[in-house]
Amino acid sequence: MGSQILKKEQLSDSVWRFRLNAPRIAKKRKAGQFIILRPAADSERIPLTIANVDAKEGWIEIIFQVMGRTTMQMRDLNAGDSVADLAGPLGNPTHIENFGRVLCIGGGVGAAPLYPIIKAMFETGNDVTSIIGARNKELILLEDEIKASSHRLLIATDDGSYGTKGFVSDVFNALIDAGEKFDAAVVIGPAMMMRATCRLTVAAGIKTYASLNPIMIDGTGMCGCCRVTVGGESRFACVDGPEFDASLIEWDELIARMGSYKDFEKKAREDYHTCKLEGAA
Amino acid sequence: MGINASRIPMKEQDPAVRGKNFEEVPYGYSDDEAKAEASRCLKCKKPLCVDGCPVNVKIPEFIGLIANGDFAAAARKIKETNALPAICGRVCPQEEQCECRCILGKKGDPVAIGNLERFAADREREKGTVDLPAKKSSVNKKVAIVGSGPAGLTCAGELVKNGFDVTVFEALHEAGGVLVYGIPEFRLPKEIVKKEISGLESLGVKIVKDFVVGRTATVDDLFNEEKFDAVFVGSGAGLPSFMKIKGENSIGVYSANEYLTRSNLMKAYVSNPTTPIMKGKRVITVGGGNVAMDSARTALRLGANKSMIVYRRSEVEMPARKAEIHHAKEEGIEFHLLCNPVEIIAGDNGAVTGVKCIRMELGEPDERGRRRPVVIKGSEFTLDCEAVIIAIGNSPNPLIPETTPDLKVSEKHGTIVADESDGRTSKKFVYAGGDIVTGAATVILAMGAGKTAAKSIMADLTGGD
Repeated sequence: MGSQILKKEQLSDSVWRFRLNAPRIAKKRKAGQFIILRPAADSERIPLTIANVDAKEGWIEIIFQVMGRTTMQMRDLNAGDSVADLAGPLGNPTHIENFGRVLCIGGGVGAAPLYPIIKAMFETGNDVTSIIGARNKELILLEDEIKASSHRLLIATDDGSYGTKGFVSDVFNALIDAGEKFDAAVVIGPAMMMRATCRLTVAAGIKTYASLNPIMIDGTGMCGCCRVTVGGESRFACVDGPEFDASLIEWDELIARMGSYKDFEKKAREDYHTCKLEGAA
Repeated sequence: MGINASRIPMKEQDPAVRGKNFEEVPYGYSDDEAKAEASRCLKCKKPLCVDGCPVNVKIPEFIGLIANGDFAAAARKIKETNALPAICGRVCPQEEQCECRCILGKKGDPVAIGNLERFAADREREKGTVDLPAKKSSVNKKVAIVGSGPAGLTCAGELVKNGFDVTVFEALHEAGGVLVYGIPEFRLPKEIVKKEISGLESLGVKIVKDFVVGRTATVDDLFNEEKFDAVFVGSGAGLPSFMKIKGENSIGVYSANEYLTRSNLMKAYVSNPTTPIMKGKRVITVGGGNVAMDSARTALRLGANKSMIVYRRSEVEMPARKAEIHHAKEEGIEFHLLCNPVEIIAGDNGAVTGVKCIRMELGEPDERGRRRPVVIKGSEFTLDCEAVIIAIGNSPNPLIPETTPDLKVSEKHGTIVADESDGRTSKKFVYAGGDIVTGAATVILAMGAGKTAAKSIMADLTGGD
C-alpha cells in the first residue's frame, strides 16, 4: 500500500524526519521493529527502523540519512505526496524487560531507531543511561526526546563541538573506569561503530544487543540477502533479528557484505544527482 | 490415415540469440500448427491424461475444440477447471503429469498438451475474446487469502466465482508470488501474469499489497478485527536453504531467491536498474532443479561468459524438467555433474573467487529412490567464478506459524499441517495449500491445493458447494 507523507522535517544537513500515515503499522508496531518502503515505483526496497509512532493518530515517523539514490528520492518527496509502498512492521521487537541498569548507545543516525527502545526500557522501570554520539553537534539527533526518557544522557562528538570530544566508546570507557556496572546494553549505529562499541561492552561483561541493518530486499525471510553469521550460524536479520546477541555477531563479515554494491551505489548517486540538475536546467 | 508419430515442434528463439535477451524462448503455435497438433489427439473414451492433471483440465475436449478451429471455446473449456492456463501451459511439468499418460506416447510423441493449452490461452488473450466466467450471486462471506502466488490466486478465483467476498494479501509490492519474483521473464512473461491477475480483479477479487500477514495483522486479527469468515494460507516456500559451508556469506553469494528476486521483481536485468546485481563473468549455480536452471540461464543473460551448474548427482536425478535442462544446454550452460561444493573461496576483500568442489559417485538409492551421491576422497578441485547462486531449496517461512499459536506445524519440516485432500488445517476456518504445506513443489500442485481448499471453504461456510 502506498502511504501519504504527513510531515517532512530536516534534522541536519543530510538527515530527515518524515511522518507517514500508517494506521495499521502504528497500531501493531513495537520498539525495535522496522518498515520497508519504496519512495517511487522504480525505487529499491529499503528497510528503515520506526523512530516514533502515534497509534491514536495513526502515523509513524522514520528518520533517515541521505545515503544513496533511494534516500535521495525519498528526500525529494514532500508533505502531501505519497510513497509508492510501505510494508511493516517487520522484524522482531526488542526484548524489553526490567534488567536493572540499562545502557543505550546510539551512533549517528542510529539514535533514531534507538529512541523507541530507550523509551520502552525507561517505561519498564529500568535505570537508563543513554550515550549518543555523532561527528558534530549538528548531527546529534533527538536530544530532547532521549533526555526525557533517560535517567542520564551523555553525548560525544568527534570534533568536540558538543559533549565529550571523542567516540561513544570513549564515554563508555570512562563510565567503566569510574566503576559503574550495567545489566544490559543496546547498541545501534553504523556497523563500524557497533563493532567497536560492542567489543567493549561485551568485554566488560554486559549482555549486549545490537540492532543490525544489513542489505535487505523483501524483509520477510524470502531472499536471505540479510543473512549474518551469529554464533557460527547464518541468521536472517529480517525474521530472526534485527537484534542479536552482540557477543556472537561476525562483525567483519557483516561489514564486508554491507559494502557489496558500493561502486553501483556511488554511480547511482551521481546519476541521480546529474539527472536532477539536468531536470532543473 | 495413420496418426503422425511426431508432434508439431514449437518454434523457439535461436539459442545463440536468446542467451543475450530476456524475451520468451518459445514463440507459440500458429493457428495451423495448433490445429495440426490437436488433430493428433485420439479422443480416448477414458482419457488418462485428465487423471494426471492436478486440476483435471478437460484435455480431450479442449483439444477437440482447437482441432475444429473453435479456439475461443477451447480457452473457455480449459478455464472451467484451470484459472491460469497461459501460466500452466508454460510452467507445468506436463511430461510427468498429463503427457506421460498419453497413449500416443507409447509409440511416438504424446500430444503436446502443454503447448496447446498455452496456444488456447494466448490466442484468447491476444484476440481479446476473453469472457469473464459467470459469477454466482453473493453469499455474504468474507475470505482472506494470504499470498498471491498460484495457490492463493486459484483459491481466490474459485471463491469469487461462487459469490464470495475475497481479499488477497500480498507481502511484496507486486502480486503474483513466485510467478513474478521467481520465474524469469524468458520462461513466463510478466505481462501474462498481470493479465491473469487483472482478470481476477475484474471478477471482484481485492488485492492488498505490502501487507505481511503475521506482522501487519495476524491470522487471528483477520478473523477478529477484519471480520473474515475464513483464511486460506498460501504463503509459499519461504526461507532459502544454504549449504552451511565455509565462505557462504562472502560477497557475491546469493540464494536463488535473492538472485531471481533482484532480476525479476526488482528488474535488475533492465538497463540502468535501481536494484543492483553482481554481473560476474563466471557464475556458478548450485542445484539441479528448475530454479537452478532459471538462475543459471538468468546469469547468462546478465552477461556471464561462463554460466555453470554444479550438481551432486547425475543428470538422470536432476529434478528440473527435461525441457529446461535441454534449453539450458542449448544456451551453453556448462554442467558439472557429480560434484559438490565443499567451500566457497573469497579474496581479501571478501568477494568470491571460486568454489572448491569434490567429485561424487552414485551409491545406493535413498528413501526417494534416487541414488545417493557419495564423496570420492581426495578428488577436490576448484572452479573459478565471481558469483555463486545457491539453488538447493527452501524451508517454510516462520511468520504465520509463529504468530498463529493454535495452527499445527510439522515439527520436522516447519510446514503447516493441512489435509491434502481438503486443505483444512488444525485451526477452524483456516486452510492452507501450496509450498507452505508441501515444501517446494510445482505451480500446478499449488493451484490444485488452492482449488481443493476453495471447495472446503465453500462447504464449511455455506454448507455445500
